Amino acid sequence: MFTIFRKELADFFTSIRGIVVLILVFAISALALHAAYAGIRGETETEFVFLRLFTTSEQAIPALLNFPTVIALFFMPFIGIALGFDAINSERARGTLSRVLSQPVFRDNVINAKFLASIVILSLVAAASMLLIAGYGLRIIGVPPSSEEVIRLFIYLVSIIVYGAFWIGLAMLFSVLFRWVGSSLLTSLAFWLFFGLFYIFMVAPALANALAPTADGTTQALINNYEMQQLLLRISPSYLFLESSTVLLLPLVRTLGIITIGEAAYMIPNPLSLGQSLLLAWPHLTILIGLTAVCFGVSYVVFMRQEVRAT
Amino acid sequence: MGKKIVVETKDLTKRYDGTTVVDRLNLHVAENEVFGLLGPNGAGKTTTILMLLGLTEPASGAARVFGFDSTKEPLKVKRLAGYLPERLGFYENLTARENLKFIARLNNIGEVESQRLVGEVLEAVGMADMADTAVSKFSRGMKQRLGIADVLVKKPRVAFLDEPTAGLDPEGINQILDLIAKLPKKGTTVVLSSHRLYEVQRVCHSIGILSKGKLVVEGSLAALGRKALAEGRYRIEVGTAKASPQLRKVISKISGVRKVEAKGNVMHITADADLRAEIAKAVIDSDIPLTKMDIQEFSLDEIYMKYFHEG
Repeated sequence: MFTIFRKELADFFTSIRGIVVLILVFAISALALHAAYAGIRGETETEFVFLRLFTTSEQAIPALLNFPTVIALFFMPFIGIALGFDAINSERARGTLSRVLSQPVFRDNVINAKFLASIVILSLVAAASMLLIAGYGLRIIGVPPSSEEVIRLFIYLVSIIVYGAFWIGLAMLFSVLFRWVGSSLLTSLAFWLFFGLFYIFMVAPALANALAPTADGTTQALINNYEMQQLLLRISPSYLFLESSTVLLLPLVRTLGIITIGEAAYMIPNPLSLGQSLLLAWPHLTILIGLTAVCFGVSYVVFMRQEVRAT
Repeated sequence: MGKKIVVETKDLTKRYDGTTVVDRLNLHVAENEVFGLLGPNGAGKTTTILMLLGLTEPASGAARVFGFDSTKEPLKVKRLAGYLPERLGFYENLTARENLKFIARLNNIGEVESQRLVGEVLEAVGMADMADTAVSKFSRGMKQRLGIADVLVKKPRVAFLDEPTAGLDPEGINQILDLIAKLPKKGTTVVLSSHRLYEVQRVCHSIGILSKGKLVVEGSLAALGRKALAEGRYRIEVGTAKASPQLRKVISKISGVRKVEAKGNVMHITADADLRAEIAKAVIDSDIPLTKMDIQEFSLDEIYMKYFHEG
């Protein structure tokens, strides 16, 4: 298994795919840094300044372009799909799968090693990008991170990896299911476009309006509508991850639900403790881990039962 | 013969979606011989080989390689067996040497040993000067030779070669056949599948002819040749100006003639030897003008063609 793992890593770092991903890492880190650099000066809050490096964005650019959003909606899905979409079917198409499987290796070693290698690459990429921001950010703002900030960032990194693993698992599932590399790529991209983008911005709000109309304008109707929308949005893995990253990176976010102005008046504007933030993000992370496990599990089972012959 | 049987199947059966592809197959391959699995496309050759390697599960029956059950102990079989798939593929971005070393590593061959082995097999297939060229630059014939090297690098006790000469030019075919013919001396039993009788006759010691998943003929080439001989190996066609029962009687008395069939002015004579001279003399003696004389050697080809057409 180690042999295949090593080969997958070597393949990635010498391939065009690897270079593209590395360039993207630099581009995204630079973008996030730039946004933070411009935005952080206008802040009046003095707590968790370091974390804000990752979340602030300049007012001029749309809020979509802050680091967690870019990571959730674009970067991780892209990398996950890039790493997984041709894992199995390209080997099948090239005729290398039957050669490898006729060697004395367990069949699941092939898919395990590929999944593991992809996760390692993904972790390296995510860590590199965060370290770049942290390092340069430290130079720019000159405020060292507190220990809680470091822990929060680390947990955020872990959640990024879990989220990326979901996309790898999904792309890999399509690569097992479809014989043609093009169809697995297109299906993965379609899934991303729909659940990662359209669903969040168009489908879920529209559905919520249809299911819980706000026509009568009562407070209860508005609350129902919001909660319905929230419920529907959480079907999307991207939205789940976005919510959990918000909680982790913005300690001031106290709840993911709805608060009336009356309730808000009684709230002390205090950041949540790390444990409480984790508690808020925990269900989201659990679901992401579950989804990853389901995707990989299905690919595993299907792959184990598949016929080897290429034609 | 008293030779050790190393590959055998017992009532091996495989069904795909209700159609029986391999039907109660009983094969026996003796050690250090080249066994040819002959049959038209779709006769079940590839499926049989996949089952022998444990890459596909049989519906019923068993396959044994060196005493190991291919279905229950595939890893032990794969350790001893090399496999050249019909649609052979290499990692195009890697060199010939790197491709082979990857396979060596999968077989747990140490670094130093694999370095030596890879050089050795590349030398054996005449590709030592191409060792460090990327496989993407190779021609079909070169890839096929690399495929043989790929099988040999693990020092298999038995090699399963699926259509090793498919799509090659005559020179490529000769090179591959020469390589195959050398294998038994090095202690490798060869099972090769083909639909070309000529190749099989050239290198195989024994053959099995498959038709619609059934084994119709099995045995050593010598024995099959004798069988063909016993039925009269030559077919002579004699055309005369007019039909003559008298002449037919004379010809049928020539020693070595087995059968004479007359169809109008043409006689079909089955004989054990080339009796053209004797027959010509008989015709001339009968004063009937000879209009035509043709001879056909009756060989394994005919047996094969017979099943080929049925299949």
